[in-house]
Amino acid sequence: MATLILEDGSRFEGTLFGHKAAAAGEVVFTTGMIGYQEVVTDPSYAGQIVCMTYPLIGNVGINDLDFQSAGAHMKGMVVSELCDLPSNWQTKDSLESYLDAQGVTALYGVDTRALTRHIRAVGAIRGMIVEGEGTQEDIDALKALKVENPTMDVTCREAYEAGEGDVTVALLDMGTTRAVVNSLTKRGCRVKVYPADTAAEEILAAGCDGVFVSGGPGDPAALPAVIENVKKLMDAKPTMGVCMGHLLMARAMGGNTVRMSYGHHGGNQPVKDIARGTCVVTSQSHLYLVDKDNLPVNAEVSHINWNDRTIAGLRYTDRAAFSVQFVPDGGKCPSGTHYLYDAFIAGLKK
Amino acid sequence: MPKKEWIKKVLVIGSGPIVIGQAAEFDYAGTQACRVLKEEGIEVVLVNSNPATIMTDTSIADKVYLEPLTLESMEKIIARERPDSLLASLGGQTGLNMAMELDEKGILEKYNVQLLGTKIDSIRRAEDREDFKNSMIEIGEPCIDSVIVHDVQSSVDFANEVGYPVIVRPAYTLGGTGGGIAEDEKQLREICADGLRSSRVHENLIERSVAGWKEIEYEVIRDGAGNSIVVCNMENMDPVGVHTGDSIVVAPTQTLRLEEHEMLRTSALSIIEALGIEGGCNVQYALDPNSMKYYLIEVNPRVSRSSALASKATGYPIAKVTTRIALGYNLDEIENGVTGCTYACAEPTIDYVVLKFPRWPFDKFVYADKHIGTKMKATGEIMSIGNTFESAMLKAVRSLEMGMDSLVVPALEALSDEEIEHRLHEINTERSFVVAEALRRGVTMEHIHDITKIDLWFLKKVLNIVSTEQKLRALPGKEALTYDLLLAVKKMGMADKAIARFVGCEEGEIRAMRKEMSILPAFRLVDTCAGEFDAVSPYFYSVYGTKTESFNTGKKTVVVLGSGPIRIGQGIEFDYCSVHCVWALKKAGFDTVIINNNPETVSTDFDTADRLYFEPLTPEDVWNVLEIEQPVGVVCQFGGQTAIKLAKAVRQAGYPILGTDLADIDAAEDRELFNALLNKLGIPQPKGTTVFTADEAVAAANELGYPVLVRPSYVLGGQGMEIAYDEKHIREYMQIINMNIQEHPILVDKYLLGREIEVDAICDGENVLIPGIMEHIERAGIHSGDSISVYPPQHLAPRIQRMVTDYTINIARSLHVKGLVNIQFIEYAGDLYIIEVNPRSSRTVPYISKVTGIPIVELGVRASLGESVPAMGFGTGLYPPAPTVAVKMPVFSFEKLPEVEVSLGPEMKSTGEALGLAETAEEAYLKGFASTKMAIPKPEEGGVLFAIANHDKREALALAETFAALGFEIYATGGTAHMLNHNYVGAHSVPRPGEDTDALAKLFDSGKIRLIITTPTHGRDPLRAGFRLRRMAVEYGIACVTSIDTAKLLMKCVKLGKKESEIPALGLHELIL
Repeated sequence: MATLILEDGSRFEGTLFGHKAAAAGEVVFTTGMIGYQEVVTDPSYAGQIVCMTYPLIGNVGINDLDFQSAGAHMKGMVVSELCDLPSNWQTKDSLESYLDAQGVTALYGVDTRALTRHIRAVGAIRGMIVEGEGTQEDIDALKALKVENPTMDVTCREAYEAGEGDVTVALLDMGTTRAVVNSLTKRGCRVKVYPADTAAEEILAAGCDGVFVSGGPGDPAALPAVIENVKKLMDAKPTMGVCMGHLLMARAMGGNTVRMSYGHHGGNQPVKDIARGTCVVTSQSHLYLVDKDNLPVNAEVSHINWNDRTIAGLRYTDRAAFSVQFVPDGGKCPSGTHYLYDAFIAGLKK
Repeated sequence: MPKKEWIKKVLVIGSGPIVIGQAAEFDYAGTQACRVLKEEGIEVVLVNSNPATIMTDTSIADKVYLEPLTLESMEKIIARERPDSLLASLGGQTGLNMAMELDEKGILEKYNVQLLGTKIDSIRRAEDREDFKNSMIEIGEPCIDSVIVHDVQSSVDFANEVGYPVIVRPAYTLGGTGGGIAEDEKQLREICADGLRSSRVHENLIERSVAGWKEIEYEVIRDGAGNSIVVCNMENMDPVGVHTGDSIVVAPTQTLRLEEHEMLRTSALSIIEALGIEGGCNVQYALDPNSMKYYLIEVNPRVSRSSALASKATGYPIAKVTTRIALGYNLDEIENGVTGCTYACAEPTIDYVVLKFPRWPFDKFVYADKHIGTKMKATGEIMSIGNTFESAMLKAVRSLEMGMDSLVVPALEALSDEEIEHRLHEINTERSFVVAEALRRGVTMEHIHDITKIDLWFLKKVLNIVSTEQKLRALPGKEALTYDLLLAVKKMGMADKAIARFVGCEEGEIRAMRKEMSILPAFRLVDTCAGEFDAVSPYFYSVYGTKTESFNTGKKTVVVLGSGPIRIGQGIEFDYCSVHCVWALKKAGFDTVIINNNPETVSTDFDTADRLYFEPLTPEDVWNVLEIEQPVGVVCQFGGQTAIKLAKAVRQAGYPILGTDLADIDAAEDRELFNALLNKLGIPQPKGTTVFTADEAVAAANELGYPVLVRPSYVLGGQGMEIAYDEKHIREYMQIINMNIQEHPILVDKYLLGREIEVDAICDGENVLIPGIMEHIERAGIHSGDSISVYPPQHLAPRIQRMVTDYTINIARSLHVKGLVNIQFIEYAGDLYIIEVNPRSSRTVPYISKVTGIPIVELGVRASLGESVPAMGFGTGLYPPAPTVAVKMPVFSFEKLPEVEVSLGPEMKSTGEALGLAETAEEAYLKGFASTKMAIPKPEEGGVLFAIANHDKREALALAETFAALGFEIYATGGTAHMLNHNYVGAHSVPRPGEDTDALAKLFDSGKIRLIITTPTHGRDPLRAGFRLRRMAVEYGIACVTSIDTAKLLMKCVKLGKKESEIPALGLHELIL
């Protein structure tokens, strides 16, 4: 028996699987029903313990095609039922052995709905997966736990290039997913991917037509140096930002970001594009958002989360720059958000 | 976009009588639509010939026409009402076809009626195979290699090119009628010919078979501005090859990767964009289990059975949202009624597993072909919700009411290993249980997968259930059940009763153990958002190992037990009653709770009762809810036999039953007690006795004299009921009846060939109100549900009517009925006999409520709450009859059920009913026939074929004489022809099936026969000539009447000489006195 113990003393019992050692982090829930491999390997979840609201996890195992980054970045995973016989033609490994290899501690047999409802009530909260029942010392340790910004753990170690084309995009890697890079290369971009701490001058000196600030984990306020760089990049080049990139751009332009109670995590967040008048379903995972009351003066709201009416996208009026709080899908879905990439690249070609 | 303000008056088309492939889901959809329209202040004109529906209540629509869904009748109504628009996408294929016909014939244009929602062109593009294929090729969506044919040879040519097997799909039919998979040329020729006949446009699609691939469905919705979302995706456990209506379906998909899901999601949304769908739409795919290759199977550009399931599975009300879209709203303007804080543009996400299991009619049609394929055979379905697949599966099996509480089927356990192996190859209604039995015997999952192509993921889940069974069986006794084991078993969803049987003890002992160990169920919410937001109108399902999220508001609560899946004998009527019961209780100030598991119904809509529990209707599952809810009363009299059977369990657990007391229910259902009661009251009944064995039955029959009626007590829909004419029949039927273990004795009664009469009455324990007397057209011996029933009675002497009234009052009083009672009589040789008393709501309640204007269910509920009948304002005794005549006609689904005997008998066979309502009886009959698609024959359209059993020949002679006099050509088989000709009625002699089947087929094909009148000899041997003649009639689409009385009625309509268009439409709203 093992336990997910939270800093408020709540306990959720389960059985350990994956890497069988204690692990601590912020506990969030994600509501996607399909695609746990993408969640496990999405750097946005770095440092967090992720509760899957869908109860049957592991059904298709782990395959070679669906990794969103080089490995798993989450601290821990909490599921209701772990599948004992993965079944899909692409299955290469089981979730259990993959998490073990990646050093991710996980629990199954947990009342995930009760945990989700608890997080909904108290907000994202620090927690720890431990063997046994969990002790007062564990709670004390959790209270003292400092949630470090994991950006430098998930950004690329060195700059690299992907794709070929007549348009060059400099991508500031805050912990990007492969899907985003692919969406750009697929559209004929040469993408130069830079580590998060690369100086703006270096990026600009290397030459590019536009800048893309990627998504990634953590609190944007904890990254003042990056924000400074983003400002310089935005002053110099047309810029698009997604997720964390969206938040960094808002801060760079003088806006503020705030922490949400439990954030948006899942694949079904409805977002309204004000200019187009359309409503689209988006995939999001963030705990912070742009403060409605402290917008950058040069920004106007372009997208709104239609569930809670929070800001989901900004357009800058004095420059070629825009950002959204979600990952635009790269496919050709008619009600998708791929048009954002198209608009960005079209702007660069002008 | 905001609402289109010019919409003031909308015509809504319902789906008509319940048939296989088109059931209660359209009452649910249509009712939601009407309610939305009324909320928006729009006048609603509703047309639907099905009187058992909630949508045809005058409280749901402003003007209700229980009129035939024919072009003539629609035009009459449009001309009369002049609606500005038409809503057709919620009336199933019937509604859609009708809208297209109205458009084709220029009627919409003539009366300036706008079609709301998806445009006609889009519907045609989706429905017409060629147009559809071209549209799909344009956007690069893969359709299966196929060809459209109008003759058999072209299909054979195509198959020779692409190779067998091929699938035949007729255009414009419901539930895949006439389709099938052909493995070789011979089969193809048969299936293709059959399909061409059932197609409205004489057209078949022949396609390459992808049987064995994964079958995946997407329920999508799009608004007029082009916003679109996926409401739900579903995976069929049965791979491609089995109609989705006959498949076990889970939501969400379980064996898909995100990339596969995204691919199909993009495809589905691209398709509805390309077609320009405005509203809900269903897209079905075949996905290669070993590559990213997929094909489109089908697109339904309308609300469907699957969308009802998706709505209930996710909490997203597709029909409501579709209606709002039709009015002009966009998805981001439509609120989510479950959360109250999100909008219809958010894709629902769920945190449980939903399972749909079909309910087939083969407990009734024991000799029928139980194979399932591309033709849907299920009459209904159930839905279960669990937090594991195993618990959803076990709940599903319990919900079916097939007498099962686990995956164990004793009849399969008795088979040899070879036989089980053999049966794995058969795709029939038992397959999932055969799979379980094979796993139980150690057959490997891989081997089963190779044969069935069922995904290993599902097989492993079934194996988990089977292994747990075996673990329990291996225990030395119940003492060995540890806390951990019992909790694990309950989490898996196993019933106490099943656990008890596996470990060898009583159900009550397991229950007691659980309580002692505090292993108790908890209830979770269905909230459309996996807990991300608080929900305001949620519904509940049970799980073990957590705490209940259910709540008690402190108000006095009443629990209403629903009626479970739609089956022959227990149809949508009981959902009508359950819903009205809830409404009446709400009106009386109670918090209402419904327990039901049928996803097609209005009762399982989240805003019908205050709280809904999606659970099986077994004692254990019901007790669980009662323990949480602590109701002040439980209502068992509106959910058909399902609910009344639970009365004892409810009482046992100490909860009060609202209405008639359990002891009095027993007095009506228990033969001995009932006899004693009738003796005391001096009311005669046909002589009879109770038996258990075949020998006893034969002895009883000899004493009573043949024919006798043999039936089990406690039945609905005449289950296992039969008229026996000799000892051989008795022995045969006793064997069938005893296939299921009988807890109650079997009744053997003298069979009186008289006129059947039926009443529903409301009683407060003392005072009785009889809304009306119904008279059956067919003589006793045909099940009341299959008889044509007319109100007010047309042939009953005032003396008999007075006797019916007096007997009803006496019986209701003596049984201390508080609520409703249904009584059936026979008038025989001037005397009145009682044949049945049902102390509950009956199948005729919706119909008689509508035509008398008396809200019978509401009054019944008020009576059971203690209100006195005279205070209700409708008086007591027999209510004055209406000035109009209402005829209820049965509707059958024989074309969907091969090898089922078409002739009527004491066992119910109809799946639905239609109404004919007019100023005179003849006109009402004519409308009724029109509603059941039995057009009145005309001599110039073809002749009448007689094939009459000996005991009916005399009466048939008179009938044939009249038909001949009216100018009809008369045809007859062997003995009948001889008899007619001998009596100077010129009849062409035709061969019987078996004598020269080909010649007969040629005759049927020629179109010379317009009507077949054939009465059955005795027995149900499928090899009998009469049986085969009737089946051929069904397969050739020739009207077939199997009772002299029905034929006489049809004759009256012929003689009336009126066209349907000459009889004015009559709205229900005009009847209310």
